[in-house]
Amino acid sequence: MQRILNNPDNITDEMLEGFMRVHADIVEPTDNPRAIRAKTSTKGRVGVVTGGGSGHKPAFIGFCGEGMCDAVAVGEICSSPTAKAFLDAFTAADGGKGVACLYGNYSGDNMNVKMAVKMAKKMGLTVKTVCCNDDVASAPLAEREKRRGIAGEIIMYKCGGAMASTGADLDEVIRVAQKAVDHSRSAGVGLTPCTLPAVGHPNFEIKEGTMEVGVGPHGEPGMEVCKLESAAGIAKRLTDIILPDYPFEEGDEVSVLINGMGATPLNEQYVLYNEVAKILDAKKIHIYKSYVGNYLTSMDMMGASLTITKLDDELKKMLDMPAYTMGFHER
Amino acid sequence: MVVKNAKGRPILLNMVQAIHENKQYLGDIDGLIGDGDHGMNMNKGFVTYGERLGEDETTFTDGLNDLGMVLLNEIGGSMGPIYGTIFMDMADSAEEEEDITLEVFAKMLEAGLEGLYGIVDARPGDKTLVDTLNPCVECMKKAAAEGKDFAQALDEMKDCAETGKESTKDMVAKYGRSSRLGERSRGVLDAGATSCCIMLKAMADGMKSVLE
Repeated sequence: MQRILNNPDNITDEMLEGFMRVHADIVEPTDNPRAIRAKTSTKGRVGVVTGGGSGHKPAFIGFCGEGMCDAVAVGEICSSPTAKAFLDAFTAADGGKGVACLYGNYSGDNMNVKMAVKMAKKMGLTVKTVCCNDDVASAPLAEREKRRGIAGEIIMYKCGGAMASTGADLDEVIRVAQKAVDHSRSAGVGLTPCTLPAVGHPNFEIKEGTMEVGVGPHGEPGMEVCKLESAAGIAKRLTDIILPDYPFEEGDEVSVLINGMGATPLNEQYVLYNEVAKILDAKKIHIYKSYVGNYLTSMDMMGASLTITKLDDELKKMLDMPAYTMGFHER
Repeated sequence: MVVKNAKGRPILLNMVQAIHENKQYLGDIDGLIGDGDHGMNMNKGFVTYGERLGEDETTFTDGLNDLGMVLLNEIGGSMGPIYGTIFMDMADSAEEEEDITLEVFAKMLEAGLEGLYGIVDARPGDKTLVDTLNPCVECMKKAAAEGKDFAQALDEMKDCAETGKESTKDMVAKYGRSSRLGERSRGVLDAGATSCCIMLKAMADGMKSVLE
């Protein structure tokens, strides 16, 4: 393994220490080393919290800051944060108007969030949740509640965080975050497996010259393994999965997010974006806003996912509002 | 025969040691259909508890509660809340007891399983640790009702844990991360069912060593 590491068991702590040094203008520590908060105040408004395992940088601490998340619970690599970390993030984000916990649909996160919400309630703190499930490839539409959350989470944080910054109440923040999820569909392809630093070898296999369609962010197997295709072929495959699921149709306005999985160069991500845009142009689906980059990665996996979100005036307004975090800027 | 609640230390240490010794094995099993970190995370939680206990004595129920707190508050993932809840609910159901009789222990195990059912949707047959724990609960309840010998009942529980764990091999995962695999999850043991088996057997052996 060719890696820049000390003891791989300590990677989460050491990464966090570095992150806090670099982004001291945006985030600050809390009493719990596994919960960080944004420097922006939540006084008199709803606080927005997320959390998840480490290994998806910039997610999740990279979306802590102005206009997105006010506090983030940090877990080990590929492992949900503890209920205590979520609870401490809730407390850190509490400005007196309740907390919106926006997170992804994974069994560990579901359990820990559920327990933390219960503990918060005992303390008199109201927390409501939205669980992102945008990954079309992870379950059929009829079982949408089983789908994973992937890069659609970024759109959820952006819209929920923007609504919170307007001073709207908790139900409004939850409503718009849920709307962002309901209007989003994603799917990805994996070209290489990923390696947990402390394990030291890939935990699954993607053979040279093939790709895993619908791969999950921890290397969960997808819908099928097929021959590696051109960027145009991948764009067609992903849009064929995503567009009919919502469905997105002629005349719709959308945002497009290409998410790199960690080891795919930005060059290639822009090539993929270009092919997706050509397909949407041909279908007369109008792209209002686009994002390309590493947002929710899978350590060293090669591959990318596509997220398409159908926009109305409200969601457009939410996306256009300013945000300043390590992983996402909007002016 | 009873286990004095006050004599918890050897039981807890036996559990810590068993998980520690199987760190690599659990990681390898998890790597087949999971992400390979199960042994590492379990080991971290159990060893942290062992270090905190140090040279101190503990009651069985306090020990389970403290171990559960470490898993819940410091390990996270799925296994933190799962084992945290099982141990803490087991402890809750018997913290007032001086003597852990077979009847009390059966109730403890049942409380652990009920606590687990409160936070997960997994049920028998879903290829999870429920498939190890549930038969052990049933076995101990039956043994208690029949007034069996405690030591013999603990041996039977060990067999049930083993059989339950092995039964997950032919199952298709229906809950948790490996459920995404569908048919591809058949043919290998479930990592949680395996760690649960190791843990319960170590608990039974620890209890047998202090039966009086």
